[in-house]
Amino acid sequence: MTRGERKTLWLGLAFISPWIIGFLVFTLYPLAASIYYSFCDYDVISKPVWIGALNYKDMVTDSVFWKSLGNTFYFAALSLPLSLIVALLIAVLLNNPVVGRPAFRTFFFLPSLVPQVAIAMIWLWIFNGKFGLLNYALKWFGLDGPNWLADENWTKPSLVLTSLWGVGGSVVIYLAALQDVSRELYESAEIDGASAFTKLWHITIPMISPVIYFNLIMGIIGALQVFSGPYIMFGGGGPNRSALFYAVYLYENAFSYFQMGYACAMAWVLFLIILFLTWAATSSTRKHVYYAGE
Amino acid sequence: MKHFLGRIAIYLLLIGGSAIFLVPLLWMLSTALKPIDQTMSMPPTWLPYRLYQQQAGGLVEVKSLEAIESPSALIQLPDAGALTVIPLQRMQDGQLKSTDALGAEILVPVKIIKEIPATRENPWSRIAVVDVAADDHEGETHVAAKDWDVVPASTLIHKTSFRWDNFTKAVKAMKYFPMYLKNTLILCFLTIIGTVSSSALAAYGFARIPWRGRNKVFVIALATMMVPFPVVMVPIYSLFRTLGWIGTLKPLWVGSFCAAAFNVFLLRQFFMTIPKDLSDAARIDGCGEFRIFLQIILPLCKPALMVIGLFQFMASWNDFLGPLIYLTNQKDFTLALGLQFFQSQHGGTEWHYLMAASTLVVLPVIVLFFFTQKTFIEGISMTGIKG
Repeated sequence: MTRGERKTLWLGLAFISPWIIGFLVFTLYPLAASIYYSFCDYDVISKPVWIGALNYKDMVTDSVFWKSLGNTFYFAALSLPLSLIVALLIAVLLNNPVVGRPAFRTFFFLPSLVPQVAIAMIWLWIFNGKFGLLNYALKWFGLDGPNWLADENWTKPSLVLTSLWGVGGSVVIYLAALQDVSRELYESAEIDGASAFTKLWHITIPMISPVIYFNLIMGIIGALQVFSGPYIMFGGGGPNRSALFYAVYLYENAFSYFQMGYACAMAWVLFLIILFLTWAATSSTRKHVYYAGE
Repeated sequence: MKHFLGRIAIYLLLIGGSAIFLVPLLWMLSTALKPIDQTMSMPPTWLPYRLYQQQAGGLVEVKSLEAIESPSALIQLPDAGALTVIPLQRMQDGQLKSTDALGAEILVPVKIIKEIPATRENPWSRIAVVDVAADDHEGETHVAAKDWDVVPASTLIHKTSFRWDNFTKAVKAMKYFPMYLKNTLILCFLTIIGTVSSSALAAYGFARIPWRGRNKVFVIALATMMVPFPVVMVPIYSLFRTLGWIGTLKPLWVGSFCAAAFNVFLLRQFFMTIPKDLSDAARIDGCGEFRIFLQIILPLCKPALMVIGLFQFMASWNDFLGPLIYLTNQKDFTLALGLQFFQSQHGGTEWHYLMAASTLVVLPVIVLFFFTQKTFIEGISMTGIKG
């Protein structure tokens, strides 16, 4: 390494030093400590005591753990595809040359700005069994709405509906991607007499597949860590713990029961699940994701 | 023709869809502006109203208590002095037999204030208070029994009227609202400064200084984005606890001075689009690297810095888990946590105050959005297209 190179190295490191400190203090050290704690009995007040893999073994027999995992998967399996479809549908609609497009875009986007806590408040009120707006609206269609928040079969669907209200961010992302799709592709397809659906399925979706893929991955990571909504709306998990989500149970273990070791073990299991699902999504969609220039 | 129908369908879907997306926000606002009895009316009322009755001296405001089915009696319960309406079922000894709210049959010795006879043409009447003092801060009305009267619904006049004072009442009911606001603003301010300055520095180091190994380090930086917060939550909490920072705002802003990978990534993309010649020319003029960063590159990157600052504002304003974990005294709460705390204490009944408080938390974000719409939309598109 020449003197100049060394000087550049130090200069570079000096500039990224805020990140280095953050990496060491808020990522690397916590990762190592978290692995260690996950093999310990740890309540934050006294020193951690090594107990081997007991936390992980306990997890296998902890029915609440499995319930929270199941609830979280149920939520993710419902909300991910629905959000994708709804967001894409709205984006495709908005991609038409309509009068007042910026206004429509704003209307769909606004709810995604609402803070989580306020979202929970608004929907608690809308889902209210007695005076709720939703069940009143359902009556117009002759439907007798369920008691969304008190019936264990409906707590998770109600959270899915809540999450759908916030798809505005994805809509904006999809819309930006749609606007980059070349007009020529559509024009030549039209000459060949392609229908609107054919164009959507064979041009639009393949062309924006990298963005869909990115949203899917971020969606998986986000959905498995959902916390604020269920925590605020259902506290300890709602009727029969039907809305006890993984992150909520993890939080309770850490800060209500002070079983920090168990919480760390749960966090690592979550991390592994996320890594696995990301890998699975990547390898199963690789063939279908189109990258320009490849 | 087919084309025309298609366009109609698109407009209908857009109008219907955006209505569905807007209704919850409008419902929040509508509820925030209602008195408590109108929050619990079925069918729901969208426009809050006041009721008036034509009397000799002109229009007199009437407070609606509830709609009742005649024949009924207005009674005063002896213990609390509360007024209530019951279906008329008189026992032989003159006592009233009633079904209370829980459905249990009870016998109550009560003072009958007024009996409401059945009328064929108007079976539903409204029980109302004429000429009463304003609500106290609890939203309950305290009146003497003689002020009560029963008014046939058909004689009431509706006038739209918004209860703007619900906002001041909600703020009072939340007790520490000004503190919540102050704490939230302090956090927004500090985290924006921290995030923008630290990520700009780090991004500059990754984008414009060709040091050996920077690409490898950058890959590590990107990889850290994969780590879910729960994994590092406990050790970071225990670290802050050792420092004695639990119950202070410090854990919520100190970390922002440590350049989050996501922001570094965004800014790096932006920095790399600026021609190298610009820096080289400055170097020849004897400019130091830090001056190039500060005086040449940063001014060119204002839009990207704005995006990051804006997103950080949103993140700090919305953050719930952080304050929930680290804050212990009610006076230190942020708006988000304070709102949830208020709901956990008053939830389930005072929906008008809860919605007014929610509106106060939502409104600043929406106002900010309208002033910075372009930056916002560009920023969101920017974050999504990197895929």
